[in-house]
Amino acid sequence: MTESTPLWEVFIRPRNGLAHKHVGSLHAADAEMALQAARNAYTRRGEGNSIWVVASADIASTDPDRNAEDFEPALSKVYRHPTFYNIPDGVENL
Amino acid sequence: MYSQALDGKVAVKSESMDFLEEFQKRIDAEEKIEPMDAMPAGYRKTLVRQISQHAHSEIVGMLPEGNWITRAPSLRRKIALLAKVQDECGHGLYLYAAAETLGVSREEMTEDLLEGRAKYSSIFNYPTLSWADIGAIGWLVDSAAIMNQIPLCRCSYGPYARAMVRICKEESFHQRQGFEIMLALCRGTDRQREMAQDALNRWWWPSLMMFGPPDSESRHSDQSMTWKIKRFSNDSLRRKFIDATVKQAEFLGLDVPDPDLKWDPDLNGGEGGFRHGAIDWEEFRRVISGFGPMAKERLAARRKAWEDGAWVREAARAHAAKTRSANRRDSAVSS
Ligand SMILES: [Fe+2]
Ligand SMILES: [Fe+2]
Repeated sequence: MTESTPLWEVFIRPRNGLAHKHVGSLHAADAEMALQAARNAYTRRGEGNSIWVVASADIASTDPDRNAEDFEPALSKVYRHPTFYNIPDGVENL
Repeated sequence: MYSQALDGKVAVKSESMDFLEEFQKRIDAEEKIEPMDAMPAGYRKTLVRQISQHAHSEIVGMLPEGNWITRAPSLRRKIALLAKVQDECGHGLYLYAAAETLGVSREEMTEDLLEGRAKYSSIFNYPTLSWADIGAIGWLVDSAAIMNQIPLCRCSYGPYARAMVRICKEESFHQRQGFEIMLALCRGTDRQREMAQDALNRWWWPSLMMFGPPDSESRHSDQSMTWKIKRFSNDSLRRKFIDATVKQAEFLGLDVPDPDLKWDPDLNGGEGGFRHGAIDWEEFRRVISGFGPMAKERLAARRKAWEDGAWVREAARAHAAKTRSANRRDSAVSS
């Protein structure tokens, strides 16, 4: 089995004012090479003006098997949304 | 049982009917499946096979065109071809990365290709004999690829679908630069028109084969459709390609090399479409299992690239390891 080169996740900011967004991944020995490869692979057509690379191994993630515990409580808390509150017609700017 | 048809051994034991039904419900509701989600082993296996084959095709696909970069007839053609081949390399990368989210490593996939265990599109086992072939590849092969790939943008597996969106955006220039090459030849001298016709003659049938075996023989199709990995059958995509391409050939003034090609006004629900002649599926099977005219050369070229690059990968890893330990020493001293 060949030795493997680490995997990196690539994030690109399309332009100032927007957040960096995940666009894909690639293999590179270190961060500098990952940035160079990301530039060549993911910004050939003006896709952005800033790149982040993060070693995939360093990303922690929630477990989809626990989605019920993690995210469903939010669904039952309708009082967190403005539509939960009854305001009579005629009241403005609310 | 959904996964049984494909690989009963791996899938069925640990997968209850309930689990499989739940999964299918998500698919039917057009939910996307993401890497860490539970999925039937057969679904995973089908995707790994399809995505890695697709990635290999992009990578091997660079070879027939790369063959002409230094001989492109003008600087304009050369930079376009160079950019196209670079795009195909990128496509390979996006797809390998999508396959890796399913738990297969890049190295394993590369080894499968180099050892001849993996398949790639049969089209790339044909030689590029003249400059007109570069036009025909961009026009026909990339058109066929686009027909195949657009429905994959809606594939049920999220990372594959996202990779396909990027790829489809990049493909359209490939197709147009190819057609432009054909157009220039067809508007040129008699000899140039002959070159264009000769290229069409050689690439037409292999392009039709790119859509895979006929629906009646396609082993994986039904299950892939149920899982919404695939949205249209091989034959329906092939017909769509023919309907679009025959008209373009007419515009070029070229003859499609199929004496049985006939317009049938009843096809496509009364809108009409072309009926094509018999495809030589024996040839397809030969070429896809590694007996194409260029199959040996293609794999030899990939092996050479991999082996020649070994010291670079090794040096980069050694450099990274050195830098890491130097940084550790520095921070140990300063703290
Ligand atoms: Fe491509
Ligand atoms: Fe392409």
